[in-house]
Amino acid sequence: MIKVENLTKRYGSVTAVDGIAFEVGKGEIMGFLGPNGAGKSTTMRMLACYLPPTSGRAEVAGCDVFSDSLRAREHIGYMPENVPLPQDMRVSEYLRFRAALKGVPGRRIKERLSDVYDLCGLGEVERKMIGALSKGYRQRVGLADAMIHEPELLILDEPTIGLDPNQIRQVRELIKNLRSHHTILLSTHILSEVEMTCSRVIIINKGRIEALDTPENLRARLSAGGEATLEIRVSDPAATAAKLKAVSGVKNCSHQRLGEWTRFTMKIEGDPRESLHALAVAEKWPVRELARKGATLEQVFVEVTHAEEG
Amino acid sequence: MRRFFTLLHREVSHYLHQPLAYVVLFFFLLLTGFNFQAGVAALNRETGQTSIVEAFFNTVLFWFPFVLIFPLLTMRLFSEEYKMGTIETLMTAPVRDGQVVLAKFFGAFIFYLVLWAPSVLYFVIFQWVTGQNAAGAIGSYLGAYSMIILIGLFYLSIGCLASALTQNQIVAAVMAFALICMMFFVSLLSFLFLNASPALRELTYYFSTIEHMADYSRGIFDTRPVVFYLSMTAFTLFLTFHIFQYRRWKT
Ligand SMILES: Nc1ncnc2c1ncn2[C@@H]1O[C@H](COP(=O)(O)OP(=O)(O)OP(=O)(O)O)[C@@H](O)[C@H]1O
Ligand SMILES: [Mg+2]
Repeated sequence: MIKVENLTKRYGSVTAVDGIAFEVGKGEIMGFLGPNGAGKSTTMRMLACYLPPTSGRAEVAGCDVFSDSLRAREHIGYMPENVPLPQDMRVSEYLRFRAALKGVPGRRIKERLSDVYDLCGLGEVERKMIGALSKGYRQRVGLADAMIHEPELLILDEPTIGLDPNQIRQVRELIKNLRSHHTILLSTHILSEVEMTCSRVIIINKGRIEALDTPENLRARLSAGGEATLEIRVSDPAATAAKLKAVSGVKNCSHQRLGEWTRFTMKIEGDPRESLHALAVAEKWPVRELARKGATLEQVFVEVTHAEEG
Repeated sequence: MRRFFTLLHREVSHYLHQPLAYVVLFFFLLLTGFNFQAGVAALNRETGQTSIVEAFFNTVLFWFPFVLIFPLLTMRLFSEEYKMGTIETLMTAPVRDGQVVLAKFFGAFIFYLVLWAPSVLYFVIFQWVTGQNAAGAIGSYLGAYSMIILIGLFYLSIGCLASALTQNQIVAAVMAFALICMMFFVSLLSFLFLNASPALRELTYYFSTIEHMADYSRGIFDTRPVVFYLSMTAFTLFLTFHIFQYRRWKT
């Protein structure tokens, strides 16, 4: 659905996107991650045919975004960052205008409007002026606009920013449900969202792709860097910490007193839980918790994007 | 074509949604009404060779509000979309740059026609009340209003150009006003060269908006102004199109 080769964008002397290449297949949900200023929005603008690339090429649904941009745009529903909307139109008026502009046939506009009202929960505000809407509702209008012509590809730049938790969940559900008919490229700073919805993830930093894989594989890469916690009742935490550190697979250990109990947090390699349990039994420590946490996408993100700075 | 009309509809309704449009309409009617009244009063005092139509379209009271309305009508066309960022949603819909430029231009033109429509009533009412002809001949009406349309096309295209250059509406209005005034002052040149050689007068006549209006509102038609205004409009719109495209591409 998307094919990007060696895509570069320079703003004067600033290279915002630096020779990236990737492909997104039909029906995939591709997450687009990266720190502020990494070049996510710039890449999306190029794919949405708003900015011409400085060099390289990109193809959407078989149409080049530069030379065949009009046809490419018909396949794309794009929701820009910050959702620019005219202030002086009613929601229904605006969406009707957008539908006609994007070539939805006149007799189908009504049906499409009521579809997107349902999908985005806009029913109660359809008669309101856009300028009078709250941020979250403006966001929903933007989303409705992106979907109104049933495009094969949705490009969403931070679609859930500014939404309330219920809405974030709804949007997430919506995105998952769209998977059957649409391909989605979405950028976000909410990592749990990526883990829940995306089939693959691109992590971009300073205009270059640092990682591209499924969320599971990315986490597996760092599974070495997991964490274990152990909560026990001991009288001398410092001595206990030393004993814990001696267990193979435990790299370092910190502790925190919680009344009678002490919580030990360990950086681990592999899975030393069994040996930790054995040790606790041998030492007769009363245990109330023993748990292990694999690497999160957040850790992967930090690791990948701070690699050269750290 | 359907996309063009969708865009055009949006542009025209955008005018009707904005208070500025009504303010412009109100003051324009007030000033032209005043101008009309002054013309009638002057002719009451002394009967001359001129008709009401001629008097109406050829005074300072006519030209002053006339050049002012163009910046006001066109300043937001592109500037507002740049500023609000809505240009991004607009240009990622499957529309051609040229369609957008033309829709904005003709949207402004339609509102311009709406602005002028009530003035026709002045003459109708005048004839009805006084039983006299407001113009020497029907050609005067045709001439005056076709000149209104021709000059309007050109000055609106200048306004489009100015608006496509900047995201600041005030800057766009000032630029449009300056450019239109420049074009208008060029038209005064012909009065400096009243005694110049015929060839030079020929040349200055080409640019002399004031003389064009004077002739046309007397029912004297000439093809030169038609060619001048239409070709200048086309050229300015062509420039606007390229500036509009370039602005997006250079970033
Ligand atoms: N119009 C512009 N002119 C000049 N430089 C720009 C322009 N737009 C973006 N940039 C620069 O390009 C780089 C990438 O910006 P971009 O907006 O793509 O980042 P992003 O990944 O979307 O960041 P964020 O998470 O903050 O949205 C930044 O260094 C930014 O300063
Ligand atoms: Mg961004």
